[in-house]
Parts: sequence; structure tokens; C-alpha cells
Amino acid sequence: MSEKNLLLGDEALALGALHAGLSGVYAYPGTPSTEITEYIQLHPLTKEGNVHSHWTTNEKTAMEGALGMSYAGKRALVCFKHVGLNVCADPFMGSAMTGANGGLVIASCDDPSMHSSQNEQDSRFYGAFAMMPVFEPSNQQEAYDMARAAFDYSEKRGIPVLMRLTTRMSHSRAVVESWGDIRRQNSLHYPANPRQWVTLPVNARVRNRQLIKDYATFEEDAVESKFNWLRKGADNSLGIIACGIAYNYLMENFPDGCPYPVLKVSQYPFPRKLALELASMVKTILVLEEGQPLVEERLRGVFETGYTIKGRIDNTVPRDGELTPDAVRAALGLPKLPAYEASEVVAPRPPALCQGCGHRDFFTALNNVLKDYEGARVFGDIGCYTLGWMPPFHSLHTCVEMGASVTMANGAAYSGTWPAVAVIGDSTFTHSGMTGLLDCINENADVVVCISDNLTTGMTGGQDSAGTGKLEAICAGLGVDPAHIRTIVPLPKNYPDMEKVIREEVEYHGVSVIISRRECIQTLKRHAAKK
Amino acid sequence: MKQDIILAGVGGQGILSIATVIGSAALQQGLYLKQAEVHGMSQRGGDVQSNLRLSSDPIHSDLIPKGGADLIVSLEPMEALRYLPYLSKDGWIITNTAPFVNIPDYPEMDKVMAELNRQPRVVALDVDAIAKDLGSPRGANMVLLGAMSAVLHILEPEKLREGIRRIFGRKGEAVVESNIKAFDAGLEFSQKNK
Repeated sequence: MSEKNLLLGDEALALGALHAGLSGVYAYPGTPSTEITEYIQLHPLTKEGNVHSHWTTNEKTAMEGALGMSYAGKRALVCFKHVGLNVCADPFMGSAMTGANGGLVIASCDDPSMHSSQNEQDSRFYGAFAMMPVFEPSNQQEAYDMARAAFDYSEKRGIPVLMRLTTRMSHSRAVVESWGDIRRQNSLHYPANPRQWVTLPVNARVRNRQLIKDYATFEEDAVESKFNWLRKGADNSLGIIACGIAYNYLMENFPDGCPYPVLKVSQYPFPRKLALELASMVKTILVLEEGQPLVEERLRGVFETGYTIKGRIDNTVPRDGELTPDAVRAALGLPKLPAYEASEVVAPRPPALCQGCGHRDFFTALNNVLKDYEGARVFGDIGCYTLGWMPPFHSLHTCVEMGASVTMANGAAYSGTWPAVAVIGDSTFTHSGMTGLLDCINENADVVVCISDNLTTGMTGGQDSAGTGKLEAICAGLGVDPAHIRTIVPLPKNYPDMEKVIREEVEYHGVSVIISRRECIQTLKRHAAKK
Repeated sequence: MKQDIILAGVGGQGILSIATVIGSAALQQGLYLKQAEVHGMSQRGGDVQSNLRLSSDPIHSDLIPKGGADLIVSLEPMEALRYLPYLSKDGWIITNTAPFVNIPDYPEMDKVMAELNRQPRVVALDVDAIAKDLGSPRGANMVLLGAMSAVLHILEPEKLREGIRRIFGRKGEAVVESNIKAFDAGLEFSQKNK
């Protein structure tokens, strides 16, 4: 029986995947993708069908786990934020070469405007890079419908499908109608062409030629796709290409219908035939796309085409930042709505570490010690504790990507930085810090690696952390001298003890690990409420 | 008919509990709804907002355009002012007056209140104090929901009360009743002061 639910775009995709016979989700938390996996974890179908939903250690292990499930013939979903696709770029590119056996859908959630991210990269480029089809839902209902379409398509063409969402798709709720039928999970079955799954050059060359041919077929499919369509308009002074949720902002500005011809694109490779049909009607084309100007750049090419192309590159639409109804309104040449000026009374209110958070006490103690060391540099990492860069702490000098604290401290220490201190969270440490620590040990680097362990993945809302209860054993196992694996409890009353430990390890010329451990106060509150 | 609402506050204040009740009522009424939320880093004590759109017809954009919001509903007075450029010229501001001061340069309260009172259509009330007086300090958000319901024409107050019953039902009758009481107090204040 069909029913209506109020769902986030993330949840709509998750429900669509469950209804499409999902056997497993493989994911590492990351805004704005986290709610896909959380929804699956809590859904009754997951328990009933023994659907895999345990968080993985990082996006690479997620991608590989899902590829293994696809190899075994079952339907698997991978989820992460856009930069997670960098972490798993190797198996992602490899999966285009192996192809999919059981349906394989990779959901990558982009964050234009960087609400909670370090860059604005547009995952659609990865689709073209890997020669993989990309689906980009324009609303929550489409996110639900596309989940099944993507799994079916993945099995029909034997290729993984990249599903691209953006923040406003992931984190906006709308009424979603679900189908009555729930597809059964696939049974165990292996690929018809086993050679394709062994990417030795002798096999990979054959597969690569096939993939190039298939990519042309994917484009023909995109031309025929029900998610892509060309609609004629009364006014041919302008043609519009609207990708994904850009379509919504376009229609928002034309409540009585768009007067111009519109090509809506939600499935790639870019359907060039439809663009040519649009071009036969108009001389000027406005490209509206969330993220980077992927379609626009391809339309422009290098040589004069006789067409005027408008979009982000010529600043008809702002070159960076997410689309808004206002930005699209301006691009369409429509007048602004009457509005009030911004108030001068309002002060900025940036995010901050929670009151009572253990990271705060750790940074306080660290600052108290390092003020005595003029040359000290602190290499930060990705998580709540990145806010240690902000006032009142000003503790960090760098933050780049997951795990970079440990390895950058190593490189700087070799270059003469002293003390070289890394600050990394527990979940980030197991995600990408462990291998860097092994580098430090093998080089006997003069670094202090501080693991600020709050027993959870805090920034994304408190998901299980892969290393909980194992950090000392992991560090010792990698080869850190147990005498220099120190544990402290970050509380104001412990400042003297904490500072003593930090100072001793700064003065030790070798690899030190300081584990500063106290539960995240947000998860603590939740655990207390449960009891 | 359509109404666009910006819900504002500070991360951790729980603006989404208001949205949850409205969402439940809207779904029951068969209205279209879109609600863009903020998750992730911004939730950590920073300014947060949710764009909530209700309509009898399909809604396209998840975001409200500048000058398009019929209501700004805020759990914090300065945060209500932050979204002024989004308010329609005929729009209402419904705001809590109790400040949430977690930044060193929070403006003087007199200036914040003067700026609020300069706006043509404002209902400002101390929802924390009202909830406390009622003996349900955790009902502050429902006081604000009640206050906004006086100008939320797309949903009858009774539909919102039903929403409260559905959302809080599993927590027991006492919780439901204290939230309904908080809602009614906000509604009454708004009707007298708008």
C-alpha cells in the first residue's frame, strides 16, 4: 500500500533503496549525507532483512565493502559527503572497471556554499571521469523514485550509478509518496563475466574499450530517460538548461509557468541530443546548475559556436556558492522582490564548541603548555575540534582533510618545526590517522600526536566511532612505545596533571601519543535521557 | 494559499520541534510542505534557521526568496533580526525576547528591542518566562508556536493542537497537556498584542 511521509531528501533516498531490495548500506558519516544511513539503521526492514548498516571506518572501506556485496550479486548503497569521494576515489574508479553485478549505487552529497565542508567540489565530474552514469534528483519524490531506478539501471547496464545530492536536497523535507510494493533482496549470484573483476592489464584493456562503448549507450539512455525532458516555450529569446534542484529555483520564479523552452537534466552523461534540440529553438542559453559549471563549460567549448551561453562562468549566476531563488531571479533578469535592508544591530554568531565539551579543556591545557614554546605549531584535523582555531583558543595552525594532522606534523618536524603537535579526533584517527602514525613510528619522528577522544563521531551528530575502546591498543600495535602513550581526562580540575603530561611528551624526542578522553557532552546527555 | 516561514534561533535551542508539530499538522491537512534544515557544523551554538514553506499547491524551491517570508519566528530576539531581508513587506515577526548570549559582542538589549519595535508587525514575548509561570519550563517552544499560530492562517490552531497531541502522545497525557497549555498561552498573548 502506498503511503505519504514527510522525509528529508536523504531519507527519501534511503527509503527508496530499502524498497528497491537493498542488502547493505556502507557509509562513513559526513554532512550532508549522514541521515541516509541513520534512516536505514532505524528502519524495521533493516532488521527484518538483515540489511548491513554498520558504519565503516572510512569511505574507502565503505566503497570496497559495497563492491564486494555487488560482486556477490546483491544490491548495495554507498553514502558519504562529497570529499569522501576523494577518499574512496581508487575503488570508485576501479568499480567502473569491474562494473556492477548486484545493483551498486554511490550517493555523494555535495555541499555548495560549504555550510559544513572545506571545499565546493562537484561530484558530477567524478561521473564523467570514471565514465559512470550520474543521477541527480531535483526533489524529494524524485530522490525516492530514483533510488529504485538507479538500482535497476545499475543491474541492467552492469555499471555502478553515482547519485549526486546537494545540501538543499539532502536536508530539506517534503511529502514523499512511496510505492506499495517492496522488492525482495537479490540472492547470492556471481558475475557472468568473471575476468572483468580481475583488473590486470590484460583484462582491463578489454574492459576499458567496452566501457568507452557503454558510455555512449549511457548517453543514449539519458536522452530517453524520464528524468530528463525538453519542454517548449512561448518565448524563444532564451533557452534554459536546469540541472537537478536548479529546476526548482527556476520554476519558483515563474509561478504561472516558464515562458522559455527548458531542458531539465537529472541523468547524465549529459544528453547532448536534447541540448541540440533546445539549440534549434534559441540563440541564447542560460545554464542553471548547482555546484561547479560542468555543463556550462562543455557547452562553451573553445571555439565560437554562434550561441550566447550564460551561466556561472560569465557571472550571470554567481561563480561560487549554492544557488538560491534570488540568484536565479537575477540571472533571469527579473526585478527583486521588495524587501527590508539587513539590520545593523545583528552581530555574527559563528559555531563554537559546546559549553562543557572536553575539547575545550584539552585546548586550554595545550595552550598553557605551548605558550612556553615559541616555535610550536599545531596541526589540526577535521571534526568539532577544528573549532579550536576560533577564539578564544586560537590553538590550531592548519586543517586540510581527514588525517592530515599526523602526517603534516611529521613533514614539518622533519623540516625543523619543534614542537610539532597533531590534534585529531578519535573517529578521524581511525579513518585516516593510523597509517600516518605508522609513518611517524618508522621514521622515529619528533611529534606529539594528541587524540582528542570523545568516544563518538561528534560533528555529524554522534555516530559510533570505529576506534572506541581500542585506541591505546592500536597505537601500541603500530609500534608507539607504551611509555609514551599517555591518557588524560580533560576537566578543569585536571589542568595541572594534563599540562604535566603534555609538557613531558613535548620534551620527549620521539613519537608520543596523548589520548585526551571524555565522552562528548551531547551523547552523554542523550545516554542519560535514555536511562 | 501559501505561507512561508523562517524559523530562527541558536543551535541547540530546538527550533525543529516547532517545525515537527507544524509538519505533522500540514501532512494531516494534505498541504504541500518543504522544510530546509541546518545540520552539521552550524548546529554547534551558531545561528540556525529553517525555511518552512506551506501551500495548498505544489512548492518548487526549498528556500524562501528575499522579501518572501510571511513570518519570521525566532527563539531569540537578535536572531529574528538577522533574517529581516527575507521578510515580506507585510510579514510578521514573532519572537522570544529572552536573549541567548554566547558571543562577546552581543549588542545592547535596548538596541535589539528598539530595532524590533521599529518593525511594523511584531509580537515579542518572553516565552521562557511564560512557560515557567505555567509550570512547564520545557514548553517554551510551544508558547512560541502558539504565538505564531495567531497569524498562521493556513493551519487552524486546533490542527496544531492535534499535531502536539500526535507528536507528544507517546510521552504521556501530562506532557501533552502541559504543551497544549503552553501553546494556548502563546496564542492568547498574540491575539491580545498583535
